[in-house]
Amino acid sequence: MMDKKEFRHVGKPLDRVDAVEKVTGKPIYVHDMELPGMLYAKVLHSPYARARIKSIDTSAAEALPGVKAVLTGKDTDHKIGLYLVDKRIIASDITRYQGEVVAAVAAVDEETAERAISLIEVEYEELPAVLTIDDALEGKILVHEDINELDGGGVFFPQKDSNIASWNKTIVGDVEKAFEEADLVVESEMYLPAAAHTPLETHVAIAQVDPHTGKIKIWTSAQSPFAVRQLMAKSFGMSESDIQVIVPSIGGGFGGKAGVHLEPLVTLLSKACNGRPVKLQATRREEFNQLPSRAAMRSRIKTGVMKDGKIIAFKAYYDWDSGAYADYGANVGRTAIYSGAGPYEIPNVEIHSRTLYTNKVFSTAYRGFGHLETHWAIERQMDIIAQKLGMDPYELRMKNVLAPGKRTVSGEIVTESTGSPADCLEAVAKEINWTGYQSGEERKAQLKTGKVRGKGIALLQKAPSMPTNTATSVIMQMDGDGKVKVMIGAIDMGQGANTVVAQIAAETLDIPMEDVEVVWETDSDKHPYDWQTVASKFTLMGGNAVIRAANDMINQMKEVAAQVFRCNVDKLRHKDGHIYHVHHPHKRLPYSKLARGYIYEDGTAIGGVIIGRGSYIAEGLTFLDPETGQGLPALSWTFGAHGVELEVDVETGDIHILKFASAFDVGKVINRKLIDGQIKGGVVQGIGSAISEGMKFDEKGRLRNPSFTDYKIPTAMDIPDEMVAIFIENPELNGPYGARGVAEHPMISVPSAIANALYDALGINFYQLPLSPENVALAIAEHMKDEKIN
Amino acid sequence: MCNHNKERSCFEYVDSQLPRVPLELVVNGEKVYELIDPTMTLLDFLRHNLKLFGAKEGCGEGECGACTVIMNNRTVNSCLVLAVEAQGAEILTVEGLSKDGELSILQQEFIKYDALQCGFCTPGMLMSARALLDRNPNPTIEEVKEAISGNFCRCTGYESIINAVLSAAKREREELR
Repeated sequence: MMDKKEFRHVGKPLDRVDAVEKVTGKPIYVHDMELPGMLYAKVLHSPYARARIKSIDTSAAEALPGVKAVLTGKDTDHKIGLYLVDKRIIASDITRYQGEVVAAVAAVDEETAERAISLIEVEYEELPAVLTIDDALEGKILVHEDINELDGGGVFFPQKDSNIASWNKTIVGDVEKAFEEADLVVESEMYLPAAAHTPLETHVAIAQVDPHTGKIKIWTSAQSPFAVRQLMAKSFGMSESDIQVIVPSIGGGFGGKAGVHLEPLVTLLSKACNGRPVKLQATRREEFNQLPSRAAMRSRIKTGVMKDGKIIAFKAYYDWDSGAYADYGANVGRTAIYSGAGPYEIPNVEIHSRTLYTNKVFSTAYRGFGHLETHWAIERQMDIIAQKLGMDPYELRMKNVLAPGKRTVSGEIVTESTGSPADCLEAVAKEINWTGYQSGEERKAQLKTGKVRGKGIALLQKAPSMPTNTATSVIMQMDGDGKVKVMIGAIDMGQGANTVVAQIAAETLDIPMEDVEVVWETDSDKHPYDWQTVASKFTLMGGNAVIRAANDMINQMKEVAAQVFRCNVDKLRHKDGHIYHVHHPHKRLPYSKLARGYIYEDGTAIGGVIIGRGSYIAEGLTFLDPETGQGLPALSWTFGAHGVELEVDVETGDIHILKFASAFDVGKVINRKLIDGQIKGGVVQGIGSAISEGMKFDEKGRLRNPSFTDYKIPTAMDIPDEMVAIFIENPELNGPYGARGVAEHPMISVPSAIANALYDALGINFYQLPLSPENVALAIAEHMKDEKIN
Repeated sequence: MCNHNKERSCFEYVDSQLPRVPLELVVNGEKVYELIDPTMTLLDFLRHNLKLFGAKEGCGEGECGACTVIMNNRTVNSCLVLAVEAQGAEILTVEGLSKDGELSILQQEFIKYDALQCGFCTPGMLMSARALLDRNPNPTIEEVKEAISGNFCRCTGYESIINAVLSAAKREREELR
């Protein structure tokens, strides 16, 4: 029913509301901001993965003209952390990764601050470091010697005297027994390296501390103004209301700007400079080296399957090389226990997800966090199983895919409203003319030409990993002319939240788009609360809050109109900016006549200013059982699938993507133009993770590629010849106009789809990312050698 | 508390300390004359001295293209150009693309094709596209890709940008010639 209705704004390919600003270079990013009296900060980093700071001499830096403050670990003992409070704002005794902040300077300009940094003398004692997953698990050296003091709050499970920041588990049925019963057991180990978000605007924050009241004002390039406020209040022992966080335009986030980052450090610097504003902007090198990344991950999967393709058992160890601090990493690891078997129904499941401390740059959320990583392994494993069964990998997936009535690994029963992964897979298979793997003979014939083609498919799913009480809210005020201003704590980092909010508000109120203004530059003192702009949650949660606020406005107007028309409220309807009587349509009042109270001819006024309020909290979520992982973690699932056709140069290992088709069950498209951009942008980011990206560390734990010169993200030359975005619309009953979130999903399973196509092209299974030309060429050479020997 | 430079003013400006040099150039059609620190980059000059914040610094190493401006009809990474190298030059930045409140065709097509998301790369991207269309009014897809290959965009996946540039080229050929 819902999808048959004609909508006025919803579903239309409307221009984004901030487009004119953005094509004229007008938006103000924190990057661009200058405040009167502002000072500039620079940071000194640890050159070692793990070291003891024996002494720091800051006297020369302090004596430099123009330097206003020099801070070291001695000046602060505040600790901060998103889920596990484990990170000092400035390292004191021990440094835990190369890039960790050891000292910070505020000075009159960047050059002076930089010069001051170079004058700080630190004597280190280099210590042996934990640099691999196995070192971390062995636990001979502890990254955090005080790990036993960490409190996971019943959601995360730090293990005593170890490097395991959290060990989350799912146990359903009896996998060991099922492996015995299975016709085939397939085991594989896979790996993907750490990756960098590389937003074009690096992390940057300005803080100003009132020296008299201690109140803090922060401008930051962040996805989470309210989380910044909450975490800083906790760390500094302050009231949230004494911290104001403002987010103007933000130059990309991708999860890397969720949580709290540079804000506490600039705050300390401002305090040390008698409250002058201090700006700290990460250099590109610091963006790679000091600020967090996506964790590297090793997966070991064992799958038990019957001859007909039915998967009966799935056991996985996901070990996350999560770096020196837990940050978002613990929550990234947690996604694996409810989503780490993929969009399949499997009766016996055992998943262990271990977020490990290592002496490397720490990790955080990255677009679809936890899911690109686990789906690299899950969707490769599906193809490997299909190969061993001699089955079409499409059929294998269809045989096991989640559908209404089936259970997810955490015990949720899928309904029609959950969406359909099968519809997505079917759509992409059709789009790329999938007919199964090519035969060995066909492959051999192609190999001789020097260029081989192959096709691959992969499924994906994601539900946001969020606290059970995740909430958002909106305030909408009507101006005298019936136009509406929307105050919502969304951060529009390019995904189009403000446009979608405007569309939903205009749709619900049935007014022109131009009559709705979303007031951006989110300010925690002025905008109502929102948890964070993460997890592809905004369309669903923010959209629902907006509908509630718009309906609140309509109800308020109807109450006044009922008095004017002397009728019952339930006789009134709204349409095209008017309230009217259902039986007497000539009795109608424009919103403008009700916006600030209705005025009778004699001047008497009734009613009042129309202000709508909408709030939405994730309903029904529960903690997951610590031993079995059972519960309800997911507000809403979004399923999708990719299909790819590519060509590999046998000589160079270069992958050329001919076509990339992606389908998502989005429930309802709110804005066709914006959603298309989300899909294609995400796919290309996924191609980066698949082919060219990956952080490289040397034997001492130093990052070897902290620059765009050595860390290659896709350029316009690297995109597929053709990209196709397909939208399936099985409505989500809980979604605004039936919509689900899809901002992160396009990235997930892109690497696995590409590697599956590489198998089809070459007959080679890849187990590690990236699928760089050198890795592919070496694998081909190795494969040819083996073929000759055989 | 700030306990530095007790005997000195808190507001002194520190730079290269080298003698100022005169710089004369034309930016977005307007003559500019200033005495500047000779170590200053063109990007810093545009942002700090002229307060033109359209060009961004994404890396400071000439890799990302966010600072792209047009100098004497050619694109440059303004973070790698010294301001003094622009002596006598004509510079066009994103702020110079629209006139009297009317968006240029290229800007209109960027909106129509949704060739932007976060907007941080957009000013540089527009300048690379502008320079391409100035020298080649009828580019192929491959030529567009090559022309913007020095401009990173982490959001859009480039396809919408390429389509916007091709469409702008067509419209400019039809409407401006």
